[in-house]
Amino acid sequence: MKRPLFALLLAFAAPALADSSLPPDPLSYTQLPDPKKEAAAAALMEQIRCLVCQGQSIADSNAELAGDMRAMVRRRIASGESPEHIRRWLIDRYGAWVTYDPPMEPLTWPLWAAPIVFLVIGAWLARGRLRRRSR
Amino acid sequence: MKHFVLWFPLALFVAFVLVVAIMLRTPSDTVIRSHMIGKPLPAFALPAGIPGKPGLSAGNLAGGKPRLLNIFASWCIPCAAEAPQLMKLAQMGVPVDAIAIRDRPEDIRAFLDRWGDPYQRIGSDTNSRVQLTIGSSGVPESFIVDGRGIIRYQHIGDIRPEQVDEILRHYQDAQ
Repeated sequence: MKRPLFALLLAFAAPALADSSLPPDPLSYTQLPDPKKEAAAAALMEQIRCLVCQGQSIADSNAELAGDMRAMVRRRIASGESPEHIRRWLIDRYGAWVTYDPPMEPLTWPLWAAPIVFLVIGAWLARGRLRRRSR
Repeated sequence: MKHFVLWFPLALFVAFVLVVAIMLRTPSDTVIRSHMIGKPLPAFALPAGIPGKPGLSAGNLAGGKPRLLNIFASWCIPCAAEAPQLMKLAQMGVPVDAIAIRDRPEDIRAFLDRWGDPYQRIGSDTNSRVQLTIGSSGVPESFIVDGRGIIRYQHIGDIRPEQVDEILRHYQDAQ
C-alpha cells in the first residue's frame, strides 16, 4: 500500500527549482542580424563546452549559464572581437578543457601525433608484408 | 626483431585494456577549477543587489585586507545550506562580499531574511558576465581575494560545517 501511494505522491511532486527566475538573455536565443557575424558566433558556440552539462557544447545546452555564454559570444562577435580572441579569453579562465578544439601544448601533442605515428607503423608493417609476398 | 613485430599488437592491446581499466576505476572529476587563481581579479563593477547595501566592484576587493567573495543566488539550494557557515565566518571577522547570479532584489531580500545576511556588499550579476570573467562555473562558489586584489583560493560548492576551518586557514594565508 505504501509504495503506490509514494509513487502517486512523487508523480505530483513539484521539482525543486534549480533555475533562476530571470528570463534568458535575449541574445542567448536570438541570432545576430548580420548573417556573417552570426555564422562566426555559431561556429564558435559549437566548439565551446558548456560548464554545467559538460558533454554538450554551449550551442546545444539549455542550461542558463550556457545561454549566458551564447549571449556573451554573440555580443562580443557583434562588437567586432575575433572568435579566436574569445576562445583564448575562455581558455585563460577555464583551461583548454573549455574548447572542443584544444590548442597544441605538451599535454595534447600526443593526441595530434598519434594518428601520424599509427600511419607510419601501418605503412612499415604493410611494406614488410608486400615485400615478402612479391619475393 | 621478428618476435617484436609479432608481439607488438598484443602488447598494444594489453596496454589499451590496462589504461581503460585504470580509468574506469578512478572516479571522474567534473569540477572545473578557475585558472584565475594567482592572478589579479579582472576589473568589474556591479550594481547593488538589494537597496540599502552597496554594489561591488573589483576595487572594493583590493582594499589592503583579504576578503571572501561568495558567488550565490537566491534560487540555489546549496547556497542556503552554506549560509550558516558564511555567518560563522563573518562572525569570526572574515569580511564577506557577494555576487548574486541572475537574481532579483526582492528574491535576494527574502533569501537573506530567511537564511541570514553575512554580506557587506552584494553585486548583482544578472547575465553571469562577471561570473564568467573570474572563471566561476556555478553557484555556490567562494573565492578568497588578498589585499592587492589577487585571487588566492577558490572553493567550489557549498561550504560544509567541517570546511569552515579550511576556509579560515586560506583566509589567514592570504594576509
